[in-house]
Amino acid sequence: METITKELTIPKLFYSQAKKYGKERVAMREKEFGIWRPITWHDYLENVKHIALGLVSLGLEEGDKVAMIGDNRPEGLWAEMGALCARGVGVWLFQDSLIDEVKYIIDHSDTKFLVGEGQEEVDKAISIRHECPKLKKIIWDDPKGMRNYDEDYLISLKEVMRLGEKLEKEKPDLFEELIGKGHGDEVALLFYTSGTTALPKGALLSHYNMLTMGKNLMDVDPCKDTDDYVSYLPFAWIGEQMMSISCGLQIGYTLNFPESRETAQENIREIGPHVMFAPPRMYEQMTRTVQVKYLDAGWIKRKSYEIASSIGYHVADLKFGKKAIPFYWKILEWFAYLLVQKKLKDHLGLTRVRNAYTGGAAMGPDHFRFFHSLGVNLKQIYGQTEVAGISVVHRNGDIKFDTVGLPIPGTEVKITAEGEIITKSPSVFLGYYKNPEATAKTLKDGWLYSGDRGFIDEDKHLVVFDRTKDVMILKDGKPFAPQYLETRLKFSPYIKDSWVIGDKRDFITAVICIDYAVVGKWADTKKLTYTGYPELAQKPEVYDLVEEQIRKANKDLPELVKVIKFVNLYKELDADDDELTRTRKLRREFVGKKYEDIVNALYSKADGVHIDTTITYEDGRKTHIKTDLHICKVKA
Amino acid sequence: MSFGRVCALDGISIKIKKGEIHSVIGPNGAGKTVMMNCISGLYNPQKGSIHYKGERINHLKPHDRAKLGIARTFQKVEVFGGMTVLDNIRLGRHIHYKSGILSGAVYLGKTAKEEMEHRKFIEEEIIDLLEIEHIRDKPVGMLPYGLQKRVELGRAIALEPELLILDEPLAGLNLEEVEDMARFILDINQEKRWKITCLLVEHDMGVVMDISDNVYVLNFGNMIVDGTPEAVQKNPVVIKAYLGEEDLYATRK
Repeated sequence: METITKELTIPKLFYSQAKKYGKERVAMREKEFGIWRPITWHDYLENVKHIALGLVSLGLEEGDKVAMIGDNRPEGLWAEMGALCARGVGVWLFQDSLIDEVKYIIDHSDTKFLVGEGQEEVDKAISIRHECPKLKKIIWDDPKGMRNYDEDYLISLKEVMRLGEKLEKEKPDLFEELIGKGHGDEVALLFYTSGTTALPKGALLSHYNMLTMGKNLMDVDPCKDTDDYVSYLPFAWIGEQMMSISCGLQIGYTLNFPESRETAQENIREIGPHVMFAPPRMYEQMTRTVQVKYLDAGWIKRKSYEIASSIGYHVADLKFGKKAIPFYWKILEWFAYLLVQKKLKDHLGLTRVRNAYTGGAAMGPDHFRFFHSLGVNLKQIYGQTEVAGISVVHRNGDIKFDTVGLPIPGTEVKITAEGEIITKSPSVFLGYYKNPEATAKTLKDGWLYSGDRGFIDEDKHLVVFDRTKDVMILKDGKPFAPQYLETRLKFSPYIKDSWVIGDKRDFITAVICIDYAVVGKWADTKKLTYTGYPELAQKPEVYDLVEEQIRKANKDLPELVKVIKFVNLYKELDADDDELTRTRKLRREFVGKKYEDIVNALYSKADGVHIDTTITYEDGRKTHIKTDLHICKVKA
Repeated sequence: MSFGRVCALDGISIKIKKGEIHSVIGPNGAGKTVMMNCISGLYNPQKGSIHYKGERINHLKPHDRAKLGIARTFQKVEVFGGMTVLDNIRLGRHIHYKSGILSGAVYLGKTAKEEMEHRKFIEEEIIDLLEIEHIRDKPVGMLPYGLQKRVELGRAIALEPELLILDEPLAGLNLEEVEDMARFILDINQEKRWKITCLLVEHDMGVVMDISDNVYVLNFGNMIVDGTPEAVQKNPVVIKAYLGEEDLYATRK
């Protein structure tokens, strides 16, 4: 891999890679109509060229913003690359964003073109169009359901490409000229961070930021151009940009796009990727699948799994402790692999994974150990949108499950006197769009102030404690990270989400969201009847079940950080209700206010709390909910 | 049409125009399903005649009517639970297969090619349309009810019918599934690729009034009115006999 100069841009790199690999190699694959369909680098280049020139002939000028919304699919990436080649700036939106979020971002970013996937996205765009005067054209690519749309500001991606082909015939060198003009310090992406407290902020990332980020990560864990990667997480998440663009373009590995969101897990298994990067919730989901299948399995299967996993855990713990593994354990490990883990890894699509990364939120040590017991090389990373991805990662053979590892090359990480993590690297962003106050607060002398609290341990590993504003003060005045307990609770397959409370209080309490599918199935086997989530959550038997799970999580913890009381919430926490961010981080301040009654009840003598509230569904329907939540004390 | 001394349908007449969605509504026991069974050929009415494209089809068996281009779905899903989604849909294409049992057993040349063509059709036109990629290899019996209904619709349109009889396609579905199903019905009716005429029996007034070109109201085997949704909603007899009685139907708002 060459060094990244300031002259290099994403389009320049894309162009040289596409020319190098040409028709010989597959740049991406998409599963469509049940078959994996390859797209060569040559086709990739042609499509991007036509989109770029099409955008130019529609009036795209230097620095204009092009927003994209939709599922992971080749067309989405082409549109992004096309916008960059035409000297525009890419903006990605989460596909499930509500109208207000879409409106805010389109308006704030001064988006001129919006590329939506199909009817749903077009409908969203049409409904906000009159409030975003800068929006000129809405582009769509999936014709399904679009037969009755004839507004003149709508145009299909095919039509855009046709315009591009026309322009190419008139000016055959225009595309290369446009690419040649670029400079590494120019803005490539305007990326909106889903703030846990305030409105989203738009981080400006340059070509240089993106490319150095990818290069520095690949220096730690090199990939090959024969590798496969599955792109199924939202492009609006910086981690996916990092893997698909920053790393993918430099290495030239093949990107694979699943058939639909629902088939992602199955498609991952078919591809068997070599590298993976996903937020903890994806790994948590895999763990849950295994746990639930284990509960359903017969006696022999259960026993084999138990034996194999205890061998796996033992070996993993030896590796964590950097101790030599005796030969008889190696034989046992091989035995466990052959008997159970091989199959299990195959079902999870992890057979060929060389490096699996997790980041974006905290992952509990229990989940982390689970994957290592299977022999999966799972590594924690630490990063944020503002460094174009990641800055800290575990190294092979030096993995500790309570740390996030060492800084990648070219990156300096320090802890301020207040305990805040600060970073300096070539990937540190340019600033927030139209928000100088926030920029001044975050960027000081080239150091990026993360707002996260942490420390550096004896092995020079970075330990991320929690968001500074989330750190709780216990009764004895010691700081405590609530997410530590929350991830511990979430290791139970029955608990989907948890929210731990206890800042400046006498003891710790928790609000639990049960996993509807898993607990529902458990209730079926116990012959419990229920009509829906709220009723199931309040069943005394379910309370007993949850209490047992909490007792397990409480085990081995000091008295002060044990969960003393808990309540089962009547609904799951949801990003659509602003309770979580789009990347599923808990918005503590918001839920604290929203569920004030519950918090107060948890710290009173009451053994229940009356709820009288209105829930708004996604389609705008409202339901009145009147229920009593039981408050339970965890018995020692 | 009568069963013993019960007269289920009496002197009714309905004319379905090509390309439209014609809905039949009425309280429980009004005779809607009997009417559908007469049209699809499961029942043979004692009196009256059924014409399809100008031809009297009373004497034809259901499978002969299917060959003419009449397909249907059922009020309670009638899928093959042990078979996969793909196999269920392939079954709907049965009448389009030209190869016989013997060449099918050998599965070479023309037969294999024919199979590939049908597969392509099913994948590109049906599975993609109904958004059931994730379940194509699952046995239908294991699926939730809403998806089973979708598979049944898939099987019906695999026949590439000109007239599709939908007997309560929305019953028992949740709101999201209802919206999806209504979208699919509109798709197969309006999309240039399909242009299927639909005869729809449904209780969900919101959807019926939204998507129908004409609505036919039936009560105790008699026709009350046949007209546009607006006209039907204003008709005083309909309001009294049907729409006025809140508990007889479920409207989702």
